[in-house]
Amino acid sequence: MLAFSIRRIFQAIVVLAVVGLVAFSMFRFVGDPIDNMLGQERTDADIVRLRTQLGLDLPFPIQYLKFLQGAAQGNFGVSYRQGRPVADIIVERAPATLELAAVSVIFAIVGGIVFGIFTAIQRDGFIANAIMTSSLIGVSLPTFLIGILLIYLFAVELSWLPSFGRGEVVKIGWWSTGFLTVSGLKAIILPSITLGLYQMTLIMRLVRSEMLEVLRQDYIRFAFARGLSDRSIHFKHALKNTLVPVITVTGLQIGAIIAFAIITETVFQWPGVGLLFINAIQFVDIPVMATYLLLVSVMFVVINLVVDLLYYAVDPRLRSDGAVKAGHQ
Amino acid sequence: MMKKRLCVLATAMMVGMSGIAAAKTLNWARSGDSLTMDPHAQNEGPTHTLNHQIYEPLVLRDSKGIIEAGLATEWAPSASNPNVWVFKLRQGVKFHNGAAFDSEDVVFSLKRAMSVNSDMKELLSSVKEVRAVGKYTIEIETEGPNPIMVNNLTNMFIMDKGWAEANNAVDVQDFEGGEETFSSRNANGTGAYKLISREPDAKTVLEKFDGYWGKGQFPLEVTKVVYTPIQNAATRVAALLSGEVHFMQDLPVQDLARVANKSGLKVEKAPQNRVIFFGLNQGDADLKSDNVSGKNPFADKRVRQAMNMAINRAAIQKIVMRDQSIPAGVAMPPFVNGWTEALDAVPANDIKKAKTLMDQAGYGNGFSVTLNCPNDRYINDEAICQAAVGMMAKIGIKVNLDAKPKAQHFPLINTLATDFYMLGWGVPTFDSEYIFNYLVHTKGPKFGSWNGTRFSNTDVDAKIQSLAAETNLKKRNATIAEIWEVVQEEVVYLPIHHQVLNWGMTEDIQTIVQPEDQPKIKYFSYK
Repeated sequence: MLAFSIRRIFQAIVVLAVVGLVAFSMFRFVGDPIDNMLGQERTDADIVRLRTQLGLDLPFPIQYLKFLQGAAQGNFGVSYRQGRPVADIIVERAPATLELAAVSVIFAIVGGIVFGIFTAIQRDGFIANAIMTSSLIGVSLPTFLIGILLIYLFAVELSWLPSFGRGEVVKIGWWSTGFLTVSGLKAIILPSITLGLYQMTLIMRLVRSEMLEVLRQDYIRFAFARGLSDRSIHFKHALKNTLVPVITVTGLQIGAIIAFAIITETVFQWPGVGLLFINAIQFVDIPVMATYLLLVSVMFVVINLVVDLLYYAVDPRLRSDGAVKAGHQ
Repeated sequence: MMKKRLCVLATAMMVGMSGIAAAKTLNWARSGDSLTMDPHAQNEGPTHTLNHQIYEPLVLRDSKGIIEAGLATEWAPSASNPNVWVFKLRQGVKFHNGAAFDSEDVVFSLKRAMSVNSDMKELLSSVKEVRAVGKYTIEIETEGPNPIMVNNLTNMFIMDKGWAEANNAVDVQDFEGGEETFSSRNANGTGAYKLISREPDAKTVLEKFDGYWGKGQFPLEVTKVVYTPIQNAATRVAALLSGEVHFMQDLPVQDLARVANKSGLKVEKAPQNRVIFFGLNQGDADLKSDNVSGKNPFADKRVRQAMNMAINRAAIQKIVMRDQSIPAGVAMPPFVNGWTEALDAVPANDIKKAKTLMDQAGYGNGFSVTLNCPNDRYINDEAICQAAVGMMAKIGIKVNLDAKPKAQHFPLINTLATDFYMLGWGVPTFDSEYIFNYLVHTKGPKFGSWNGTRFSNTDVDAKIQSLAAETNLKKRNATIAEIWEVVQEEVVYLPIHHQVLNWGMTEDIQTIVQPEDQPKIKYFSYK
């Protein structure tokens, strides 16, 4: 177990280093930040001075090493766009994204499981079929279009919900929350539906097919034969056995929701890290781009690591496979 | 009894109405946020626009673009020394923190704007010294006489010296130190509105400043401003349609009719101080991106003339811009000193004549070349370039379009890596010299930094340099006209159009569109 963990952690570090190197080599293709930073009256001397000051005249592997050196000490540099330390900006923006992701995940899980069970039990019912059909929309329509459709319906036509922003936020220490105000709660509804819709339909379809599979098993038939109530069979016996793969998929999807909140945040002007990243790309704000990519890759690596370690703990077959492989080496 | 009731009702209504008049919140949205509150850290439109509500310069441009008194009340060249401008400062002005405004603050601020990390320093590059002569008089001494010194000061904001020193904000910006400059998120100006809170990319709240010197001189009807950037165009328009936003800049041209037709909303428009044009590499012996070896087709004036004729500006205006542009004949916005109707006359779209010219130049069979274009900078920039591709094809020029984000496009012009490019130009000084200095003078360390055409004419260069110190305005204007004559004759640039600004707002708001796209909320009033 220990050897396995150490090996996986070592691999994770290599992955992080490679992601960083690839990212830094790509920044050159995003454009030149100097033009955005200086006004149109700048002289050639200004350009050279700022380029040297920012270290942009150095080859990219050295820029990368300098970034890593700073990052190891907790210094992620200063945003070219805002002129403030990147770490401060990310800490300021993270609550917005995390709250949005949390609500989206809850929406996806609750909605997915409820609809999944319903459509599995009422397999050929009219409502179940309607849900199944409309769920295709969630899978097939791009996020930005869903967002804009929701804005037009609920903000412009019905005037029920705000079309952009987070509403009023309350500061609790460094954390800013929108959960404590009416406008904040109203503001999170449309973005979280937009962000979580795909995951919800995914979970719904997964629950449905797993449930149908389980309902066909012998022990369910015996349970019916024993005269147990439908409710007890569906929720106690069938659902429990359905949830194992659902938990795995959901875990992996959480990472995706946080990382890919970019589009939803742009559509709704949600002031989270995704919006920060989009603005950073447009401005070629290298310190922000680098830190964001580092964070996202750390998050994915950690989630995958945890999942791997969990499998290892749960599945004895994996353990013996590992032992066999180790033996061959 | 009835009378009494009516009376009560009327009183209640009056109280209610005065309540409305006393507290007017303006929700204001545009596509991009201000980058920083520091007034000297970024020389950029949205940043200056927000700062104009909070800070004030010595002189500023009003809603029509005309210079008016700000923190200076009078200004004139010194009688004893032609290199010196004397500014009389406004008395009784208070900063938002209560500190009094005087010449010390002006000297401090202008020196700060001239410091090495300031983004504003190029506008003050001719300044030798700024000094206070008395509590409410300052002098600006330039290297030689500078007749348009005042034009360079319209975005040069004045900070409180004591506040900057107390809060460690004397330096503009420090990327190496990794420290946040206090002034990038806090502000203390003399403007009509003071900063209450700021969340970058989300929300900035301003409130009317009770101690403002201009009380009674300006409408000042807005009591609170909530400024929100909304990047996505569809969301931005939705926010205006749903009533969440009262005033919006950067209204997409395709949504103009929707906003104008919605009851309770209106669109105000005016030509912008920005002209869009193409530049051609006419100086190099050979072009890299063409298929003609050993020769530069753009070096032949007849080719440039033919291309100028081939551009159908009316079609671009009608189809690409949906009428939201003014076709241009000269690479100069109509507000600028030196502009004449004759210069801006749109060249006739004459394909036959253009083809003859191409024939005479020896390119009857055409050639191919790459056009570099931004896709996120100007209104419908990429679509204009696509239209130009088709128009050039009519005279046999096969144009390969290369559209890129601005961060990749503009370096091509500065490093002379493009032969054919789109550029837009706004003129903050409202004077031709600014255009000549950056776009017409031979490219070098001091002049011509945006001249990607390789156009170089020593006679024109000498004339451009003479403008800076020419105090005889009549003579100066004559030189400006001579330079424009050469620029037009040589077809240095292919002008396309002047952009038109569209502001969407609720019907009760009274304002006119400012040509620099800089609304100043203190001028806003309500019907």
